[in-house]
Amino acid sequence: MNTTKSSQCAQNEKPVVIALAGNPNVGKSTVFNALTGMHQHTGNWPGKTVGNARGWYTFKNQIYNLVDIPGSYSLVAHSAEEEIARDFICFGEADATIIVCDATCLVRNLNLVLQILEVTDKAVVCVNLMDEAARKHIFVDCNALSEALGVPVVATCAKKNDGLETICKTVYELTHRKDQCAPKTVTYHPVVETALTEIIPLIESATSKINPRWTALMLLQNDDSLLRSMEQYLGFDLKQQEPIASVLASCYSRLEQTFPNAQSLRDDIVAHLFKAAEEICHQAVRYENKAYMQKQLRWDRLLTGKAFGIPTMILLLLFILWLTVSGANYPSALLSDWLFGLEKPLSSALLAIGTPLWLHNALVLGIYRVVAWVVSVMLPPMAIFFPLFTLLEDLGYLPRVAFNLDHCFKKCHACGKQALTMCMGFGCNAVGVTGCRIIDSPRERLLAIITNNFVPCNGRFPTIISIITMFFIVGNAGIISSFLSAAMLTGVILLGILLTIGISKLLSVTLLKGVPSSFTLELPPYRPPQVGKVIVRSIFDRTLFVLGRAVSVAAPAGLIIYIMANVTVGGNTLLAHTAGFLDPFARLFGLDGVILMAFILGFPANEIVMPIAIMAYLSGSTLTEFENLSTLKTLLVDNGWTWLTATCTMLFSLLHFPCSTTLLSIKKETGSIKWTLLGFLLPTICGMLLCFLLASTARFFGLV
Amino acid sequence: MQFRSLCNIPVGHSAYVKKLHTAGTMHRRLLDMGLTQNARVTCLYQSPAGDPRAYMIRHTVIALRTEDAQTVEIL
Repeated sequence: MNTTKSSQCAQNEKPVVIALAGNPNVGKSTVFNALTGMHQHTGNWPGKTVGNARGWYTFKNQIYNLVDIPGSYSLVAHSAEEEIARDFICFGEADATIIVCDATCLVRNLNLVLQILEVTDKAVVCVNLMDEAARKHIFVDCNALSEALGVPVVATCAKKNDGLETICKTVYELTHRKDQCAPKTVTYHPVVETALTEIIPLIESATSKINPRWTALMLLQNDDSLLRSMEQYLGFDLKQQEPIASVLASCYSRLEQTFPNAQSLRDDIVAHLFKAAEEICHQAVRYENKAYMQKQLRWDRLLTGKAFGIPTMILLLLFILWLTVSGANYPSALLSDWLFGLEKPLSSALLAIGTPLWLHNALVLGIYRVVAWVVSVMLPPMAIFFPLFTLLEDLGYLPRVAFNLDHCFKKCHACGKQALTMCMGFGCNAVGVTGCRIIDSPRERLLAIITNNFVPCNGRFPTIISIITMFFIVGNAGIISSFLSAAMLTGVILLGILLTIGISKLLSVTLLKGVPSSFTLELPPYRPPQVGKVIVRSIFDRTLFVLGRAVSVAAPAGLIIYIMANVTVGGNTLLAHTAGFLDPFARLFGLDGVILMAFILGFPANEIVMPIAIMAYLSGSTLTEFENLSTLKTLLVDNGWTWLTATCTMLFSLLHFPCSTTLLSIKKETGSIKWTLLGFLLPTICGMLLCFLLASTARFFGLV
Repeated sequence: MQFRSLCNIPVGHSAYVKKLHTAGTMHRRLLDMGLTQNARVTCLYQSPAGDPRAYMIRHTVIALRTEDAQTVEIL
């Protein structure tokens, strides 16, 4: 492919901006990745791209900026995400638009294509998933399609990099030719057409920034949200301008005779779009095997069936967690041995070059140790969990989870897609919160945003896993013990899910009252995941990214802990003062001052909670040499940990304030301090309440 | 409601869309999914609770809740 990313290529011209549009789940992001080589994350569920992802490629010495637009079914937006998509396509002033289509369901895809072609003629239609279509015996004649649409059509299979070079070439030709394409215009109802011919010349004289026919059609349809965006783009309200306003008024009154309300007019417009799409497909697409769905159907009936649907989901979760727990143990021990083994040479090297002792101690005992802890505890579970989860995502299983759980969410007056945002939350709550844009109703979106933190993110897994293995599972190795750990972890996660549902219900009868809105969810076909790419992508994009963030937070936190442990005020260290101050309060909840302090210091990133607690204990203990993970339990028990402390720490890890990144995302998504505060308080209060109840009960019955 | 809706077709059966009895954004959403007049819809399977159900609409599988499916009148 001629899409090098070398920077020495000529950059004489300004970059060409290309919009990448299409229905959800047509492999848009795969096209994006294949073109740019930038590894933007894709997933097999609708609405994966949140916000506009950007990347670039070069072709014939020209830089092309590619903007990946969230998938949408239509230019009429229903959700915040679709508004982003629509505004970029309509008013983003891209030099060209690549419209990605799914070869297996072209009619519905063409509905969007025809709408986009009304806005712009600089478009290339990319018929993707040609391999899947071939497997289903669906044949698309791209020449016929191109002829019917009046714009270039390229067949691709982005997964295998097929046809991408042709896309680059076509885009190049499209952006360099002076003459215009003549895309297919859909002919609407005669009454609409008459009105259009009246308005078009008026718009032409008012502005040249937008396509007059499309603008006229939008004015007739009177879509508030779109007209607002249009006003912003143009800088004036076209609708209020004379003579447009008066002509529009007379058009409306004439249209009313045929279409009694605005809705019937819009219905008729969509009906014409689909009719045109059907006609085009009739010429260009051949279906040779009507029974191509059978295999997927069999799987779906099993995976969403009464008998197996819910149990399969839980077993899969259990299985993934088991693989994570049992797989992570050994590399974790190896890593910590290696990293802590490095401590001595590092220390002598620092001393040899004449580093002052205080600096040496701050660097090695403070920063290095905490970072080493974070890496050895976090990296292995993440490197296993992320790829496994991404495989499920790629396979297309996650929308089935939403399908299975929707009834439950409906009962809480929430949206089934919340299950998808919860799945994203397993990786990172901040991503989950942003992902809530896929939910249409603002009320249901708020529910999903505020409750996302009840799902433990990957930063909290290691804490929970290490506590489970240390305190609840006797014996270090063996399938049974790792299975038990996974079962306990599953239990913790299920508790989080139950609380999510409970709190959603509670919110929807109190602060966020409302009836459940409508719900449509596409269930895409199962697609064989690209195992190699998944592993590379999830390790580089997710694991290393999250780890990098954790380390960059861990280093200063380690320093703070070290300073606190070594600066003495009034005969006691700062650390002892702080922990002592927090202690009585923390004891109420079955924790201790050090743990609570670790949670507070872990506010920027939850990953560092356990390492900080350990460092704090270490600084006050005689145990200065730290050999391996197995000595950890001794250290904790020496510091007064019981099964109750362990359970409460686990519960509090599941249920406490979101990390700073997540809170910032909540603030950004809700635009309100009030909801952010609620997102902070709800899990914290839940956690405190549960821990308090557990601790009091245990103490009352003398269990500790 | 008096009319026959998508809810009334058993799993595995098909029907043709006659009219949408919805309003607002859901109306347009259903249309954009391809539920226009005379479009063929097949009910494929249902979720463990029996609601939502999955329908084949223009070569795509779309899940709809009972409340929404009820608004789609069929021939």
